[in-house]
Amino acid sequence: MSADTDTVIRARGLTRRFGDLVAVDRVDLDVPAQRVYGFLGPNGSGKSTTIRMLCGLLTPSAGEIEVLGLRIPSRAEELRRHIGYMTQKFSLFDDLTVRENLEFMAAVQDVPRARMRARIDTLVEEYRFGAMQRQLAGTLSGGQKQRLALAAAVVHEPQLLFLDEPTSAVDPESRRDFWEKLFELADAGATLLVSTHYMDEAERCHRLAILDHGRLVADDTPQALTARLAGRTYRVHASRPGRIQQALSQQDAVLSAAQIGASLRVLLVEAAAQSAGETLEVLAGVVRDIDAEACFEATEPNLEDVFVAVTHGGRARREQAA
Amino acid sequence: MNMRRLLAVMRKELQQLRRDRVTLAMILGIPIVQLVLFGYAINLNLRNLDAGIVDQSGTQASRALVMDMLATGIVRASERAHTPRQLMQALQAGRISVGIVIPRDFERRRAEGRAVAQILVDGSDTAVQFAAAQLAQTPIANSALPDTRAPPDSTPRQGRIRVVAFYNPERRSAINIVPGLIGVILTMTMVLFTAVSVVRERERGNMELLIATPLSRSELLVGKVLPYVGIGLLQTTVILLLGVVLFAVPVHGLLVDVYLAAGLLIVANLALGLLISTRATSQFQAMQMMIFVFLPSILLSGFMFPFAGMPIAAQWIAEVLPLTHFLRLIRGVMLRGAGLSQMWPDVLALAAFSVLMLVLAISQFRKRLD
Ligand SMILES: Nc1ncnc2c1ncn2[C@@H]1O[C@H](COP(=O)(O)OP(=O)(O)O)[C@@H](O)[C@H]1O
Ligand SMILES: [Mg+2]
Repeated sequence: MSADTDTVIRARGLTRRFGDLVAVDRVDLDVPAQRVYGFLGPNGSGKSTTIRMLCGLLTPSAGEIEVLGLRIPSRAEELRRHIGYMTQKFSLFDDLTVRENLEFMAAVQDVPRARMRARIDTLVEEYRFGAMQRQLAGTLSGGQKQRLALAAAVVHEPQLLFLDEPTSAVDPESRRDFWEKLFELADAGATLLVSTHYMDEAERCHRLAILDHGRLVADDTPQALTARLAGRTYRVHASRPGRIQQALSQQDAVLSAAQIGASLRVLLVEAAAQSAGETLEVLAGVVRDIDAEACFEATEPNLEDVFVAVTHGGRARREQAA
Repeated sequence: MNMRRLLAVMRKELQQLRRDRVTLAMILGIPIVQLVLFGYAINLNLRNLDAGIVDQSGTQASRALVMDMLATGIVRASERAHTPRQLMQALQAGRISVGIVIPRDFERRRAEGRAVAQILVDGSDTAVQFAAAQLAQTPIANSALPDTRAPPDSTPRQGRIRVVAFYNPERRSAINIVPGLIGVILTMTMVLFTAVSVVRERERGNMELLIATPLSRSELLVGKVLPYVGIGLLQTTVILLLGVVLFAVPVHGLLVDVYLAAGLLIVANLALGLLISTRATSQFQAMQMMIFVFLPSILLSGFMFPFAGMPIAAQWIAEVLPLTHFLRLIRGVMLRGAGLSQMWPDVLALAAFSVLMLVLAISQFRKRLD
């Protein structure tokens, strides 16, 4: 396996324990080249821990990793020249200016001296730091800091980029702007692994892995993931959604019922979808007992539903085991 | 080691240092304040100490000795006492800091070359001890009472004055203090600046970024402390200049030897600071470890108390401290005009200490988060 074949990251049985806590639990991963690969999961689900193991910064408790054809962590030093890593917490130097930070990163990443100036000038322009070159990084806004961190991570034009929640604490407009940059990088040939807990960002990824309590609970394209829920998602329009939500949640056929404004979004369990007709009649009866006007309406599944479906399953399994 | 990456780290450290006002102020502030405090405090204490005098002999020669002692200006007679016992009480009560006792048999002691007088000092105050030791140097005026019994072929017997304290300190003055102060200040500031350097970046989160780059452990660690060699030499210059201008401290040996010795101490302390920094888990812990190293340096190196007077165990500990070796070197060079090559065991000890600490620090440091 080498950089020009399809799979850039391969992990098998990847596990990391911190004392009794299993932060990452037997994760298998295959990340294809030149794609934006998303890591979706709530806080504490093991996204950062996984990324750190893939970069060779944390030693796995068990499992195998191969990144760009290099076995990790034994050949992590060789890997460092080919990757860029944007940490979850801003980790450039607050007391250096924008340009000084970029110059430092360029030098330690072995950007040839002859090309360094031009490269930094390009980055300053592309990432819109023209007027802020001499500003201390510590005084930048949240969005600007993330942009600077991305610029620093790509200063040596790495083939592979690890971005750990790059847009948390960034306003929506800067987030959109940031994602455009990510797609430009992927178009230019880089592979990106991006962790997030935003659904709209996950939706944009070419491929998505969902982590829940350290376990990989789904791994596919966003389209395939939502397609699997066909026939299981409904909307209920009702005047008193609160009471209906309570009633529906008691039903075995209902995996979740979430209130969205004046309506409810209902996700059926997988088995119920097989006999959707009968199930719906039963549920409609329950609903009409409370509100005669309420009605069920089929709706397109989205990633939020996917997330609930895969993580609820995990919860049920764990509760059973407990 | 890749030079470009090393230089990049050094440059980054200097850029950060330039914006760190507190550290910048300490670089020059600590040497100036310490030197002025130490230098003048000792000079001031040498004057007008309250003394009680008991002259049980009452001869012409003993009175001449007392007058000579008062003439030094170190003490002034402020307490009337008739017996050594009263003197002790006054000393204990803190009314006087020095008691001078001339025994009844002063003349015979003088003739026999035994101690002719006792100076009782408050041993808890080192400055007073310095003063008393100086006072004890007062020559016994032979002219006042020619020593006829001395054999003509032997050198005239000098009457001695015994200083009674917890122990007998060596004679000191600002001249003796300033060379030592170079060592103390360098020990304090060099360890202070580097002990927090690695752990601070760990706390701020910079370390996760740094270890994910191709920077090697030695490029990172050596690059972080190398700028401080220049800063240490700058401090050395400031102390030397102030010492020469304010206290007329002589430099009998070669200036280059002074700087070489200082350079050795700087590197030893930087390496030690680095080791502390790689071991500590927080800046606070690094500070605690620094104090743990700094206190024995001050107390055992021979800066405060004479090395020879310490218990053997303390001497062994002192031999491990860089400051001990530096004090021998710098006093040798500045005060006795010795060359470094004459004192090679201490040079070697400092070099070995530096190498050991650096190797330990680099091997302790892991480019891993676990
Ligand atoms: N160094 C560590 N020591 C102990 N526990 C850790 C450590 N790092 C992470 N964890 C724990 O591992 C779990 C996964 O954390 P993390 O990978 O940071 O999750 P995420 O990035 O998805 O929010 C959490 O429960 C976290 O508390
Ligand atoms: Mg995280």
